[in-house]
Amino acid sequence: MTYRLGVDVGGTFTDLLLFNTQTGESWRAKVPSTPDDPSRAVVEGARSICASAGVSPADINSFLHGTTVATNAVLEGKGARVGLIVTTGYRQVLQIARSFVPGGLAGWIVWPKPEPLADLEDTLEIGGRLDARGGEIRPLDDEEIRATLMKLKERGVEALTVCLMNSYVNGVHEKRVGALARDVCPEIPISLSHEILPEMQEYERTLTTVANSAMRPVVGKYVRNLAGELRALGVKGRISLLRSDGGLISAERAQEAPVNLLMSGPAGGVAGALWVAKSAGFKDILTLDVGGTSTDVALIQNGEPRLARTTDVGHLTVRVSSLDVKTVGAGGGSIAHVPSLTKALRVGPQSAGAAPGPVAYGRGGDQATVTDANVVLGNLPESLIGGAMKLDREGAIRAVRKIADEIGVGLYEAAQGIIDIANENMFGALRMISVQQGYDPREFALMGFGGAGPMHANAVGALMGSYPVIIPNSPGVLCAMGDATTRMRTEIARSFSKRRSQTSDDEIAAALSSMAAAAREQLAAEGETERDISVRFEIDMRYFGQAFEVPMTVDIDAFARGGGLARLTAAFDAEHRRLFTFNMENEPELVNLRTVALGKELNLPTVEIPKGDGDSYRAKMRDHEIWIAGGAKPAVIYDRARLRAGDRIKGAAIVIEMDATTLIHPAFDAHIDAFGNILISPQ
Amino acid sequence: MPAEIIETNSTPLKKVEIDPVTLDLIENALRNARTEMDATLFRTAMSPGIREQGDAFPMIADAKGRMIVGQFGSFLAGFLKAYDGAIEEGDVILLNDPYSCEGAISHTSDQLVIMPVFRNGRLVAWGAMFGHMTDIGGKVPGSLPTDARSIYEEGMRLPPVKLYRKGELQRDILNIACTQSRMPEWYRADLHAIVAACRMAGRRVDELCDRFGDDVYHSATEELLARNHRAMKHLITTMIAEEPVTFEDYICDDGLGAGPFKIKCTMRREGEKVILDFAGTDPQSESSINFYLNENMLKMFFGIYMIMVFDPQILFNDGFYDLVDVRIPEGSLLKPKFPAALSCRTHALGRIFDVLGGLLGQKTPQFLNAAGFSSSPHLMYSGVGGDGRWFQLFQIGFGGIPGRPLGDGPDGHSLWPGFTNVPNEFLEKYFPLVIERYESAPDSGGAGLNRGGNGIHMTYQVLEAGTISIHDDRWFIPPWGVNGGAPGRRSRKIIERQDGSQETVSAKVDNIHVAKGDRLHFITWGGGGWGDPLARDAEIVAREVRRGLVSVGGARAYGVVVSPSGALDAVATERLRADMRAERNELPLFDYGPAIGKLREQCMAETGLAAPVQPSWT
Repeated sequence: MTYRLGVDVGGTFTDLLLFNTQTGESWRAKVPSTPDDPSRAVVEGARSICASAGVSPADINSFLHGTTVATNAVLEGKGARVGLIVTTGYRQVLQIARSFVPGGLAGWIVWPKPEPLADLEDTLEIGGRLDARGGEIRPLDDEEIRATLMKLKERGVEALTVCLMNSYVNGVHEKRVGALARDVCPEIPISLSHEILPEMQEYERTLTTVANSAMRPVVGKYVRNLAGELRALGVKGRISLLRSDGGLISAERAQEAPVNLLMSGPAGGVAGALWVAKSAGFKDILTLDVGGTSTDVALIQNGEPRLARTTDVGHLTVRVSSLDVKTVGAGGGSIAHVPSLTKALRVGPQSAGAAPGPVAYGRGGDQATVTDANVVLGNLPESLIGGAMKLDREGAIRAVRKIADEIGVGLYEAAQGIIDIANENMFGALRMISVQQGYDPREFALMGFGGAGPMHANAVGALMGSYPVIIPNSPGVLCAMGDATTRMRTEIARSFSKRRSQTSDDEIAAALSSMAAAAREQLAAEGETERDISVRFEIDMRYFGQAFEVPMTVDIDAFARGGGLARLTAAFDAEHRRLFTFNMENEPELVNLRTVALGKELNLPTVEIPKGDGDSYRAKMRDHEIWIAGGAKPAVIYDRARLRAGDRIKGAAIVIEMDATTLIHPAFDAHIDAFGNILISPQ
Repeated sequence: MPAEIIETNSTPLKKVEIDPVTLDLIENALRNARTEMDATLFRTAMSPGIREQGDAFPMIADAKGRMIVGQFGSFLAGFLKAYDGAIEEGDVILLNDPYSCEGAISHTSDQLVIMPVFRNGRLVAWGAMFGHMTDIGGKVPGSLPTDARSIYEEGMRLPPVKLYRKGELQRDILNIACTQSRMPEWYRADLHAIVAACRMAGRRVDELCDRFGDDVYHSATEELLARNHRAMKHLITTMIAEEPVTFEDYICDDGLGAGPFKIKCTMRREGEKVILDFAGTDPQSESSINFYLNENMLKMFFGIYMIMVFDPQILFNDGFYDLVDVRIPEGSLLKPKFPAALSCRTHALGRIFDVLGGLLGQKTPQFLNAAGFSSSPHLMYSGVGGDGRWFQLFQIGFGGIPGRPLGDGPDGHSLWPGFTNVPNEFLEKYFPLVIERYESAPDSGGAGLNRGGNGIHMTYQVLEAGTISIHDDRWFIPPWGVNGGAPGRRSRKIIERQDGSQETVSAKVDNIHVAKGDRLHFITWGGGGWGDPLARDAEIVAREVRRGLVSVGGARAYGVVVSPSGALDAVATERLRADMRAERNELPLFDYGPAIGKLREQCMAETGLAAPVQPSWT
């Protein structure tokens, strides 16, 4: 027997999911996270899940891991001290940034400017200079470079970044600095901007490369510790990490380019949703991952999640592909408040987090949160996590009543208001990735997961018109499921910048095929079997003179046969019209070529649950009452573990399981599919 | 004749009761809609001015034309009053003549697109947006002629015309407009982008009406305006004194050798109303530095400054307008008489913010910031490239944010909302330029407990012969410091010719010829300092020397002694600070630097330029 183990480290819990790759049988576990050294909880969880499944760690042949260690290094400012080498005249590239001040007119008065990721004291200039075509204006001076490197070494930098002007066209100068650095300071890891991000725009390229450098020592240490402890536990298989773009990368390569791991955590949720959707037969899905402090949303069309070309973490925006996950500060712990001036009801972005948490958790919280509002309304009736914790309803009522008094409405109206506003914030995020991108949400199903997703998914689905609303099994550990079920992925991009009339089908076919070979080689080097690797291509298009590109999927054969360019142009015109309501007369420009190589797709059998007789009576726990849509309504509480395939549930109802609670609204019906997913639709 | 709105459905929109939650939902949805307008614009526009830098401003208004979301206040009241014609469903209005809309837009470079949103035959909203086009014709590339004596020299002037009539694009009008521009492709693309953004607003309002009902939507906008009115009333009565306060600041020159020009404002409260009176502002200029200031726009500026501190989540809208009374003398720099030239109004527009800050800060220290980057310096560079193609760059520069109660002013940043700089690699790829330096100018930010932000020192090497224009200010009157902080350094522009000679370029000038290989140093001004510089942590000053933000000499303005490598000499610092404390007078609330007479005397020696001559009006 061989097994795959997926592990997702969250702020509060570390979730694990163990798969038997022959039978598809799975086990789940949840252990408290250990933020000081996250690998401890991972190893502890692995030990305990193996014990409860009766599996030897030696039988785990794939260990797959979504981690926020890189993200937290950025958010908590715990990255390494980075030395930065730039072109003369550009020392302050990170200090000036893009000159952008957020917050609208007069926003500068209250904007706290973040400190640059590489200290100006650790930023030094060298004289070599290339022009915009890659030609040399001024040669490098090796002696100057050696002296510069020595100075940074003496200053005690822990990682090194080189970002020179126009290196996206020609990396020759950066390469030379890299070679000298390996000689002068071989112990310091070095990141070259043209390798990390071969794209125009010096600030974005510098920032992305510096971010990579800053994370290298932290991520490197974490990965080495983790690998060591897993080996000590007896795990012999391959250790891979989930990248921001939803693909897997070997732990070794992850250490060199950790900037690719910034969205590793949320990417697990999207990957998990993909897996569930595939087996349940849905191709177009919006995901709604609601945690304690925030909500992540993403769009999956035709079985493919949308990718974004940038990754945002805190105030940091780096140019790295990631699943287009939008995050809003609305979660179960989001705090409701009423500013005295406007008397408006606001929810979040402040959060009670895990500590002190919502008032109802009885851990010292005293401000009303979204969870408290759910408790007041009766939506969260029982104890959380299978009975381990009792909710303090009286405390929740006290906190929500305070809000109610401030805005001058009744207790239940205030609680409903808090929920409605939290839902609206989630709705806003979903709109950004759907309607705003030209997708009609009514053509998508909505999958709700994370600790609080199943509670809000029905309401948000109704706002979006997205049906059915899908609540997968074990919604609280779906990220770990995603980690366990994805495949290897690598991406090679290059800037092309040619107008249609300046290139040919042949030229593009040749370029794509050489990139494909390089991408295949990378995956093969990571242990993927050559024949299991599949490759696909994208070209970023725009009208000449525009700055934003529209990524278009292309077929290499169309270029090899001829006619590919014509087809691409027509498809781009159609896409531009769909997105922006008009086309332009300017010639289309092919901006970037991109190749994505994918490893073998996992072929796990999916486990069906026993069939019932369509009646959900056997799962009924008791009758209950919730406050919804302006009044008290009867609602039945069900135990999810006792639901059977084919069961139907009439709303209003509440379904309880170990790690989440699902709310089904009145005038909605739920249906349990063959795999145990709850599918909610209007009656 | 005011505009006639053709509605086929005469049922009036009803005012209905609205619960606070629905109100918040609609408020948030409108906020999102505005963001979507921006996103649409930036993704499809072509000129770096709009696309890279963000020189465009969206708005959604109610049926009466009052702004519900946006940032410059509604420009519709003036338009609706002045437009003599019918407006029907499917119409899209285009205009750029400031005199046709009471200054709703203030120079012809800004193209304003206005789109009524109809539903079921009734007008329910307006979407509108204006954006600065790189070129609209006229006597100089960039269409901002410093020496224009009337608006007739400032390129195309469009009264309100229908770009779309009942949904039909009027190609003739589009072609006429594009033909005026030296950059017709950019004009066309940017205009398309602005219209697409307005359509986005229309779509979103329509969806909101679908979701909540027309009457609920209408009532919600009324209530949002009312909520804003209540909040501002509270702020005004608690924060603004009845006793008048006055503040004045200057535009350095008019580009024709005269200056400085005074902008003066007196603020007082009468009951719940605040009065902003610009009596004492200098008369209009002969050149194009006049700023046709729309009263509503000023009310919005004032309101935003007030609200920013208390509930930054509030949606700014037009609801409080009747609480503010703005009085601007006819024929002044801020209300010039037709056909005065207006193109270079950016300096006066910017200076208004320093004046507002100075007014509010006098009695309410929580508002008091130093003077800062209150303008947007422009560079135009154009010519014919080696490939025979016309190239034309319009670039907005940035500088030092003022020292603030919150802390230091950021270096080389923008005071304008949403603006960003153009990546230098982009400039080098698409224009015949090498950008040799893009750094902040050490010591240019005024010394203070909180330092003023440094201006930017940008060095362009031109690779093709061409002409440049410069629009800049704060070269003569320094940006003032507050609460004991020192003024920031003034701006400078220097051309280094291939033969090694150097010349100082004046702040407002067109048609300077540059030859291949010439270098232009464009050095913007710094923000004023905030608070006593001698109280600044000496370690921070030393660190800023090591960071290259303050020079060894510059550190002495803080009473700090450092070695050439930036090591702090604590003993010498203590001594220097004691001496400086003993010698100085009481710290002033505002430090304007030397008096104007003194500045004139030292002008040539300090700036390399002749002092401006006191303007005279007959």
